[in-house]
Amino acid sequence: MAPPKAATEKNKLINGADILVESLVRHGVDVLFAYPGGASMPLHQALTRFSDKIRTILPRHEQGGTFAAQGYARSTGRPGVCMATSGPGATNLVTGLADAKLDSVPIIAITGQVTTGAIGSDAFQETPIVEVCRGITKHHYLVTDVLDLPRVMKEAFHVATTGRPGPVLVDLPKDVQLEKYEADWDVPMNLPGYADPSGMRIRPEQVNQVLAAIKRAKRPLVYCGGGVISSNASEELREFVRITGIPVTMTLMGLGAFPARDPLSLDMLGMHGSVYANWAVRDCDLLLAFGVRFDDRVTGKLEAFAKHAKIVHIDIDASELNKNKAAHIPIAGDIKHALGELTRCVEPKADIAEWVEQVQQWKREHPFKYKQDFDGILQQHAIDVLSQITAEREAFVTVGVGQHQMWAAQFFKFQHPRRWLSSSGLGTMGFGLPSAMGVQAAHPDALVIDIDGDGSFQMNIQELATCYCENLPVKVLLLNNQHLGMVVQWEDRFMAGNRAHTYLGPIHHAEAHGRGDDIYATERYPDFVQIAKGYGCGAATVRRRGDLVEALREMIEYDGPFVLDVQTPYQEHVLPMIPSNHSVDDMIVE
Amino acid sequence: MRHVLSAIVQNVPGVLAHISGMLASRGYNIDSLAVGETEDPNLSRMTFVVVGDDRVLEQVRKQLEKIVTVVRVDDISAQDHVERDMMLVKIHAPAGGKRSEVRELVEIFRGRIVDVGEEEVMIEISGRESKVEAFIDRMRAFGITELVRTGRIAMVRSKSAAPDSSSGPQLRDSSIRSYIRKESD
Repeated sequence: MAPPKAATEKNKLINGADILVESLVRHGVDVLFAYPGGASMPLHQALTRFSDKIRTILPRHEQGGTFAAQGYARSTGRPGVCMATSGPGATNLVTGLADAKLDSVPIIAITGQVTTGAIGSDAFQETPIVEVCRGITKHHYLVTDVLDLPRVMKEAFHVATTGRPGPVLVDLPKDVQLEKYEADWDVPMNLPGYADPSGMRIRPEQVNQVLAAIKRAKRPLVYCGGGVISSNASEELREFVRITGIPVTMTLMGLGAFPARDPLSLDMLGMHGSVYANWAVRDCDLLLAFGVRFDDRVTGKLEAFAKHAKIVHIDIDASELNKNKAAHIPIAGDIKHALGELTRCVEPKADIAEWVEQVQQWKREHPFKYKQDFDGILQQHAIDVLSQITAEREAFVTVGVGQHQMWAAQFFKFQHPRRWLSSSGLGTMGFGLPSAMGVQAAHPDALVIDIDGDGSFQMNIQELATCYCENLPVKVLLLNNQHLGMVVQWEDRFMAGNRAHTYLGPIHHAEAHGRGDDIYATERYPDFVQIAKGYGCGAATVRRRGDLVEALREMIEYDGPFVLDVQTPYQEHVLPMIPSNHSVDDMIVE
Repeated sequence: MRHVLSAIVQNVPGVLAHISGMLASRGYNIDSLAVGETEDPNLSRMTFVVVGDDRVLEQVRKQLEKIVTVVRVDDISAQDHVERDMMLVKIHAPAGGKRSEVRELVEIFRGRIVDVGEEEVMIEISGRESKVEAFIDRMRAFGITELVRTGRIAMVRSKSAAPDSSSGPQLRDSSIRSYIRKESD
């Protein structure tokens, strides 16, 4: 134990758990999602001592906690914090951490660990969680000395939130939590290998290179992604486009970076992107790739992607440059700074009117569409209507993974960044409800809607309890087609419609074998209204087209969490679709 | 293409596991990996031999640099450098018989016999990979009973003195260097 220090600060002997919680407070954390267990009890005891400064929300599953932390982080830009006990508590964080790593979300995950003496002995609830998480975190610590704790926490927040953001794991053995120490908060960080984020600036000659490329281009296109949102560069992007008039397409992670209702928005590109965005990529002669990573769901066949274009790629993570697609002008830098510099010097593009007219004509001729005369409620229709009636509310929308996610990306119009939350890189089903919970905790008065599918919803349905018990009035628009719709779509398209465990009802139903004789599943299972009510939430089900708007309004106005079970057919396909590893020429539109 | 990368890393638990895990999970082909402390006890040096084209090398390098505990990565093979591989090998060489032949070869290769048993001798030898391998080939005829190698380590040469400079220490330095060059070839 350190000898007592001169009382320069009002330091006192506190235990490791108090140090950890106080360091959270010192780093501005006001809410965390924590599920207790044997090895994290001292931490929870400490949390009660700081309950006036930090709200502890108890999820019903640790995975829910990680996604709630993500919801907090993605919607605010501040780090989200989750906590679990050792062993199974810790391993339940794994999916959420991997998800945060792929989508570059700043998360601080804290796990209890068995006592230092027991580590390595296969003790009760012991897992080597740092070992497990090495490849799926940005950084990780096993703290074996309480003296290191203030420094580790300082480093954890610094690493999680700077550069390309990501999850950081801090594993804290129970004896270290209980050890008393006079905390020294003013400790230097020890990160000699961590790039100084202030060095991530675009250099003047790079600015000139990009400006020259823009000047020469006749058919330029901005392809922007999550990097623009994480670096809070949405304003700079809008200004850049306002001056140049260059059309913009966004990745799934980038939705909201540029307003969807702007005429220059070409919406999302990629596998389920718009016809006009994908054609624009095909025909452009300059691709301005800002804060993106040329993911396979965006590019399809890499060689065919933007093959006529000069590529400018700006990303804060140097390892993304030339990783999947070689760039003619690769620039490692902060996109906010880069766009600021470019905007200061860039000139209006008077010579691209023809190109802009071309893409806008494509946009008029090939919009995202669905059957307008369908006698019932199509998923796309429900989302479209929801987007319209909530336009004034600047709602936050979270989603699970699958067809409903793609339709939400296509039909919900996002005008602002950080309003759209989707597990994009990892594609984790069950993301929607807990992440909405985290958004609601960060924005208590906002309208937060989880647009979900019945498959994804059931992967974290237990969080309805958290929503009810913690007064988080999340709304769930459940697009319930009784199937794993995206897999069904692939079965229909590529596997002759052979149903392979994609029906979510009892196995003796005809639909389980692909022999349903209706476009709806005939017997509905489970009864989501009853489940939601069992958790204390409001709930309703709707099937008739004419009842949709009223049902949506009831959901939005409900005082508390609410599940609207929308009965939808299961044979709808998300279109357009570029099959995996194919090019824009193979786009399916019907 | 074969590259020698040298990484300075923080001397903290788990850094080797982190780096080898990253290389394995991204499918990079590593020929050899050597780790040891440096003159600064807080830092270790890892030397990798990576096989791949420039694009693979660029990715390996950037992915290494991304690891928070990795302080610096250098492509040693892009510069004038010295490379060494050290080996301990036990050769079946009973007293009398072939032992003198082995001794002769050890001398030619500038190795050392470091242990002598009734049936075997242990030899220490270091040098470039090609030399160590040539020695292994020669020894096969006698029978290798055990062999261990460190993996490649490497270091960039200091800047050479200008040709017309003739100060004493530099002369001595460069003569040593030419000796090392000869020895390693």
